[in-house]
Amino acid sequence: MSVLLSLRDLWVEYGDKVVLERVNLDIEAGSFVSIIGPSGAGKSSLLRVVLGQERPTRGSILLDGVPLAPECGPDRGVVFQRYSVFPHLSALRNVMFGLECAEAPFTARLFGARRRAAAAEAEAMLAAVGLGDSLNLLPAQMSGGMQQRLAIAQALIKRPRILLLDEPFGALDPGIRADMHALITQLWRDYSLTILMVTHDLREAFALGTRVLTLDKRRIDPHAPHRFGATAVYDLRLKPRPVPTNDESITLDQVSNN
Amino acid sequence: MRWVNRQIRPGNRVLLGAAPVVILIIFYLFMAASRHAANPSDKILPLPGGMVEAMSGLLSEPDALSGQIVFWADTLASLQRLGLGLAISTISALLVGLVLGVLPPVRVTFGPLVTGIAVIPPIALLPILFIAFGLGETAKVALIVVGIAPFMIRDIAAHVASLPREQIIKAQTLGASSWQLMQRVALPQAMPRLIQAVRLSLGPAWVFLISAEAIASDVGLGYRIFLVRRYLSMDIILPYVAWIALLAIVMDVALVKLSHRLYPWAHGAGH
Repeated sequence: MSVLLSLRDLWVEYGDKVVLERVNLDIEAGSFVSIIGPSGAGKSSLLRVVLGQERPTRGSILLDGVPLAPECGPDRGVVFQRYSVFPHLSALRNVMFGLECAEAPFTARLFGARRRAAAAEAEAMLAAVGLGDSLNLLPAQMSGGMQQRLAIAQALIKRPRILLLDEPFGALDPGIRADMHALITQLWRDYSLTILMVTHDLREAFALGTRVLTLDKRRIDPHAPHRFGATAVYDLRLKPRPVPTNDESITLDQVSNN
Repeated sequence: MRWVNRQIRPGNRVLLGAAPVVILIIFYLFMAASRHAANPSDKILPLPGGMVEAMSGLLSEPDALSGQIVFWADTLASLQRLGLGLAISTISALLVGLVLGVLPPVRVTFGPLVTGIAVIPPIALLPILFIAFGLGETAKVALIVVGIAPFMIRDIAAHVASLPREQIIKAQTLGASSWQLMQRVALPQAMPRLIQAVRLSLGPAWVFLISAEAIASDVGLGYRIFLVRRYLSMDIILPYVAWIALLAIVMDVALVKLSHRLYPWAHGAGH
C-alpha cells in the first residue's frame, strides 16, 4: 500500500526536556495505527505534531510526500477525549459547521438551497454514526458516547486524509466503548479511512488497530531522565482481520447513561 | 438533618425571603413613629404619609422652570445616561474582548493597556472628563464607560481565551479561518458571559451615574437626591433610593430572562 504520512527524523523538545527523539515512521493509506505507551512517553505530543497544533523541534512530516504546514487544516481530522464539539450548536449544526466554513468564507453560514444541501449531507453523516434521531439535540443533552459519535461525524464530513483520535473512548464506560469500537471499525472500512489513534487501553489498541506502535524511551539517564526522549520501540503489524460477516448493528446508547 | 442539606419548598421560599424585608420595614416604621411621637416635625425618619405627600408633588405638579414632571424627568434623564453608557460599554467589550481573546498578537499588544486603564479609579478621571467633555451629558456617559468597560473587556477576553483549546483546534481542522472562528465559535459563546458581565457592571454603573449627577447636573435621580439633601428631605431621598433599587432589580431580572431565552445551551438545557 502507498505511504500516506511519513515522519522523518522527528524530534520534539520542550525547553531542555526531550519528549520524542528520532521518530521515523511511514503510515500507509488505509491503515489503523494504534499508539500506546506509558504516561509521558509522548503519545499525545506525537499526535499534536501530526495534527499541526505543535511544531516539531527537528524533522519533517510529509503527507503524500508534501511537507505539512505547521497549522491545523481540513486535511487532518481530529477527535479528542473531550471538548471537541461546540456546546452552543445542535448536532446538525455542529456537523454542518465544516461545510459552512468551506462554502461561505465571509459569513460562515449558508442559506437557501446550499444550506439544504449541506443539511442533507450532515444528516446522512449523523445517520452513519447512529445519531439520525438526535439532529436537534444540544451536546449538553447528549451522553458522553453520543458526543463522541457527534465529534466523529463532525470530523468525517470534511473527508480528512487522516483521522487522529486522542484517547477518544477513554472517558466512556465499557459497554458504550464496545459500541464505539464497532462504529469506528465500520466507519474505517466504509470510508476507507487512515486512522492514528492514541490510547492507553491495550485491548482497544490490539482489537482495533492493524498496526500497533509502542512509544517509550530506549535509554534512561538516571541523573537526567528528561534528556532522553521516547521513540517507537515496538512496531507490530497485525494480521488483517477478516471482515465480520454478520452486519453488526450499531446500538445507540441511551441519553444520560454515563 | 444537616443545614447544608435543607431544601426549602417554593412556597416557603417567598415567605422566608420576604421576612427580613418585612422586619426591616416594621423596624423602620416603629423608629419613625417613636421619633414623631417625641417631635411631630421630625425630618430624619419620615412616616409613609409624609413620603407620599412629598412625592405626589414631584409626581403631579410640573416644575415651574422646565414645565416637566420632576420625577419622570429625573428618571428619564438618568436611564438615558445609564443606557447609553451601558450600550457603549457592552458593544466595546464584545468587540475588543473578542479580538483580544481570540488573536494572540492583539492580546500581547493591547492587553497591558486595557489592564492599565482598568486599575485606574474612574472617579479620579472624572475631573479630566469634565475638562475634556464639559459638564454636559457626554462627560457623565463617559464616566460610566470608563468605569465599567475595561472590566467588561477583560472579563470577555479572559472568557474567550479560556475556551477549551480542543474546540479551537477542532474548528481549524474543520477549515475555519480566524474570522470564521471568531464569528461562529467565540462570539456565540461570549454572549451569555457578556450578559453576565453587564449584570455585574450594573452596580458600578449606577455608582458612577449618581456620582456624576451629584457633581454637575440639573436633572437626574442622583442630582435630585443630592439637591434635596440640603433641606434634609428624607421624605424624597428614601422613595428615590427605593425607586433606583427597583429599577436596578428589574434590569437584573430582565437580563437573566434574556440570557435564558436567547442562550438556553449556556444554562444547562436538558438537565
